[in-house]
Amino acid sequence: MTFRIDGDEHEATPRAGQCLRTFLRERGRTGVKKGCDTGDCGACTVHVDGTPVHSCLYPASRAEGREVTTVMGLGTPETPHPVQQAFIDAQGFQCGFCTAGFVMTAAGLGEEQRADLPRAFKSNLCRCTGYRAIHDALAGVVNVERDAAGASVGRGLGAPAGPEIVTGRVEFTMDDAPAGLLHMALLRSPHAHARIRSIDTSAALAVPGVQLVLTHDDVPQMLFSTGRHTTRREDPDDTRILDVVARHKEQRMAAVVADSVAAAEEGVRQIVVDWEVLPAVFDPAEALKPGAPLVHGDKDAVESRIVDPSRNLVGEVHTVCGDPDAGFAAAAVVVEDTFEVQRIQHVHLETHGATAWLDEAGRLNVRTSTQVPFLTRDELALLLDLDPSNVRVFAKRVGGGFGGKQELLCEDLVAIAAMRLGQPVRIEFSREEQLAASTTRHPMRLRVRIGATAEGDFTAMELELLSNTGAYGNHGPAVMFHACNESIGVYKVPHKRVDGQVVYTHTVPAGALRGYGLSQSVYAVECVVDEVARRLGIDPIALRERNVVAPGDRFVAMSDEPEDVEFGSYGLDQCLAMVRDALADGSGEPVPGPEWLVGEGVALGMLDAGPPGGHHADARISLVPDATPAYRLAVGTAEFGNGTATVHRQIAAQVLGVTASDIELVASDTDEVGHDSGAFASAGVFVAGRATLLAAQALAARLEELGEEGISVARAAAEAITGEGTFTGSPRSVAFNVHGFRVAVLPATGEVRILKSVQAVDAGTVMNPLQCRAQVEGGTAQALGAALDEEVLIDDEGAVVTRNLRTYNWPTMATIPPTEVRFADTHDALGPLGAKPMSESPFNPVAPALANAIRDATGVRLTRLPMRRDRIWEALADAGLPGATFPAS
Amino acid sequence: MDLNTVEQLIPATGREAVDAFEPGDAWLAGGSALFAWPDPKLRRLVDITALGWRALTATDAGLDIAATCTIAELADYGTHPPPAEWPALAIVRGCCEALRGSFKVWNVGTVGGNICASLPAGPMTSLAAGLGAECLIWQPGGGERRAAVADVVIGDCVNALAPGELLRSIHVPADVLRGRAAIRQGSLTPMGRSASLLIARVPPADLAGEAPAFTLVITAAVARAVTLEFAEVPTPAELDAAIEARLVLGDYFADPHGTPRWRRHLVRLHARELLEELTGA
Ligand SMILES: Cc1cc2nc3c(=O)[nH]c(=O)nc-3n(C[C@H](O)[C@H](O)[C@H](O)COP(=O)(O)OP(=O)(O)OC[C@H]3O[C@@H](n4cnc5c(N)ncnc54)[C@H](O)[C@@H]3O)c2cc1C
Ligand code: FES
Ligand code: FES
Repeated sequence: MTFRIDGDEHEATPRAGQCLRTFLRERGRTGVKKGCDTGDCGACTVHVDGTPVHSCLYPASRAEGREVTTVMGLGTPETPHPVQQAFIDAQGFQCGFCTAGFVMTAAGLGEEQRADLPRAFKSNLCRCTGYRAIHDALAGVVNVERDAAGASVGRGLGAPAGPEIVTGRVEFTMDDAPAGLLHMALLRSPHAHARIRSIDTSAALAVPGVQLVLTHDDVPQMLFSTGRHTTRREDPDDTRILDVVARHKEQRMAAVVADSVAAAEEGVRQIVVDWEVLPAVFDPAEALKPGAPLVHGDKDAVESRIVDPSRNLVGEVHTVCGDPDAGFAAAAVVVEDTFEVQRIQHVHLETHGATAWLDEAGRLNVRTSTQVPFLTRDELALLLDLDPSNVRVFAKRVGGGFGGKQELLCEDLVAIAAMRLGQPVRIEFSREEQLAASTTRHPMRLRVRIGATAEGDFTAMELELLSNTGAYGNHGPAVMFHACNESIGVYKVPHKRVDGQVVYTHTVPAGALRGYGLSQSVYAVECVVDEVARRLGIDPIALRERNVVAPGDRFVAMSDEPEDVEFGSYGLDQCLAMVRDALADGSGEPVPGPEWLVGEGVALGMLDAGPPGGHHADARISLVPDATPAYRLAVGTAEFGNGTATVHRQIAAQVLGVTASDIELVASDTDEVGHDSGAFASAGVFVAGRATLLAAQALAARLEELGEEGISVARAAAEAITGEGTFTGSPRSVAFNVHGFRVAVLPATGEVRILKSVQAVDAGTVMNPLQCRAQVEGGTAQALGAALDEEVLIDDEGAVVTRNLRTYNWPTMATIPPTEVRFADTHDALGPLGAKPMSESPFNPVAPALANAIRDATGVRLTRLPMRRDRIWEALADAGLPGATFPAS
Repeated sequence: MDLNTVEQLIPATGREAVDAFEPGDAWLAGGSALFAWPDPKLRRLVDITALGWRALTATDAGLDIAATCTIAELADYGTHPPPAEWPALAIVRGCCEALRGSFKVWNVGTVGGNICASLPAGPMTSLAAGLGAECLIWQPGGGERRAAVADVVIGDCVNALAPGELLRSIHVPADVLRGRAAIRQGSLTPMGRSASLLIARVPPADLAGEAPAFTLVITAAVARAVTLEFAEVPTPAELDAAIEARLVLGDYFADPHGTPRWRRHLVRLHARELLEELTGA
């Protein structure tokens, strides 16, 4: 068969059931991406005879004799197609994994589609941008600014990889094809709780092409945690690489390695397991009751760092600061409510995946989609009993993470297989594995109680939460502690009680997700703050202004001992004022009609810059003789759409008096720098940026010391001149976000329209306004999905029901309104060049601000997320709201 | 996605394909449903787009829509501009837009594939039921049969096609097309998957008294289309009473796209709106 791909002829016979997506990728067209493989996300869009189609749905052989155009054939970095240039000019991307799909869809629009862009793009998913920047690209808006030597900081520079991203040439994790590559598929548990009595792999091994089957008998049985932290003791050791016991549906139970994905999958189907099915528990409150089935009853509390395995209790916190009882007794009003926050999934568009091999020196190499290459390296070395220097872990560009890749979910198995077979081995999760078997946000039940005087001064606060960590405790305790911290620490009243518990159930494990516990607790706390304001008849912004911490106050949440958190700068007052102004300035969409109810709501969030207990970053920058670019900057942190690759270069350029394009960046490779905790806890700018700053300053000092002459000598000797920097993440500053909404609610159907959305942020010095704005917009969009629609649903047997992107309702361009972003004018004394983190925190105040606006509009308080249309309508109907009940005839 | 158990993809050459159908075979139309859901039982795909059926055929008797007519072709036909003598085609656009997938899915997905995938939220099933269309089905052994859509799509992803049966086309009667029709879709999200999709129709003036004065077809909120016919235009109260008499809460479909209670409410609400739109009642 003859195929024309991007103008070249290919003689090939696709496999009978092969889709065009993999056929093109096998021919080097790796710009064609997989976000779902079910036709929902659009990342695989190509043109067949000029018509845009999803190549994951398109039978490959059907393209015979037709002209196939991929993003790589549409244009090149040197001569991009006008649509590609528009995406560069507008910076219509962050991680860039969705970009090929948006570009190819945009390039294939007809008149009719152009007239209704949200409809034309309803099968294109971008998780990072919130779509505004994509709209700009489609409208031809130029957002990028020009650079100037020594004055990079504060400019909206574009991402250095832009031209490669928009033309599909930038390399993501799965975009290489090493010789002899083998493929791994996993046998996953069909039961929520069961023990393998016996497992027969002989039929699997007999499948042609199958090379290896791994079961619990074949791998080290050391207990570890998939959750990765700077100190590994933060997470309970409760996980085995392959376990004889399944503790949730879809747990990985065995692995098959074969010459092809098809053979590996067939091998998995041929494994015969004799299961002893065990009783299971899915509800966290049930799990705490005496006699409940135990998820980790076989573990030792001390050794595994589980508070009480005999009660499914992973972690707990019970603290009292000041005298809350007296505070509540002195209150004029006390408001209390309980809330339920759902499981959601990150839906980073690039699924988890890794490739492992041994290099000529026999060293283990792992190329993986991770936010934490160094922490993954350390744990792999421990698990496989290797010296860390014999393990290299690195990430190419990562297609989104949002916390989901602060986790070791597949690297261990491919590493073991590669070491056994001496050949490269790859695993690539399907979207279904991602949704049904990878980590989620921790679902929580929360109770909040606040007392206040008639004037509006808080007298006491109480927060109780029950967090469901699922079958494994990765991030469970840390998320619980974080949830209990800044959410109430932002209010200065010193009388506080906290009771938190995190428990195991036989469900898909929860893990780290943007906000790290705060999105759940900030929702609950900010809803109750809103009710206090209503009860007292005080404006909700004024009430917050009265009660929030300000420089001079202590942060009190679970302890009144001073921590390493300081007011490096303070812009919360400005943020509150900016949201008040924005809601009052008359802008926004008009009310759709007389039947719609209108309301406004605000909420705030505070975030410590980095995790407690430190966060390590090393950076090294060298002036390389006769190289272009002249400087080479190495950092450990990973770029996954958070924009650090741009900002780190801006910081170095600023110090060295050059432009960002004079600096080459190498990142996220354990061979390049000493150590880096990784891209989480919003540490990319605050911690790794600080290390970069120190390295650049060291280099600048060295260059000055050497003088012209010394530099020439070094150049003549072909010696690089180097500066190094290290930061360990303490002391920390605080960042603030305030969100405001005006909404219209249609009681007849429960539909919510957002008429106005504004977020004011205190990010200190804004290093790159374009990127910072994009982080806020993207965080808001992701949070709106979580507030309105998204939920990983689990059935009565503990199985995930929402297994693809059609049943998991993610926000499209049609769902997300524009959000106005305003910046506070502050300069942080602790952050690099005055900057503070701003990647996780925009997520946190969105759901409560929306709930408060809906409450304002309808008079009904929604205490459960997501606020789906059906649930809103049901709540309004139950409250007897006119218009929601069925009109009498 | 790759369908890794498939060993052969063969073009259907003619009617005899129906007789050659074996266990492990599937008809391949657009592939947009087949390639999105792994089914390890599949061994062969039989490509019916190779049969070269004419997508749309208008005759005095009505409109024949080939099973392999793509949603894009149908949307185009119904829009640019809709044939004046067939006002009921005004709902075609809305039905196509009710598909969760964008125009890129329209470019490959077919009317027959949509009906045979048999999702409750199948907008081509809705269209066919809404316009009282009849399915023409080729049977193994050389026969053919005709059936109402509600007797083909009978449950959530369940249809009444016997192994090897092939949907050839659907026929929409001219008498219906000459009347007027209207549509209402309800979804949890803007432009989202249908939680309910209602189509109502009234006959052309010359059929007054012969054809039902008002017909309501309920889909997506239920797994199998429900048709309510009224000899005379009902009052809103009569319409509501008829819906409530026919469907109890437990009859409404439950899935991640909406609770049964909300779906029931949407059906009642939208039915009333459709009655007003088409009859002024
Ligand atoms: C992003 C996206 C969104 C979608 N949204 C929706 C939605 O909202 N509602 C919905 O219903 N579907 C939806 N789909 C599913 C699918 O695209 C449509 O149902 C489409 O119309 C199927 O048509 P097809 O020709 O591609 O079917 P195919 O995939 O080719 O076939 C579908 C099934 O029908 C059988 N079949 C096909 N033709 C015939 C025939 N003539 N006779 C007998 N059997 C036949 C096939 O064997 C297969 O089992 C969506 C798909 C995507 C990718
Ligand atoms: S990979 Fe094809 S649409 Fe998502
Ligand atoms: S930039 Fe769109 S998914 Fe990351």
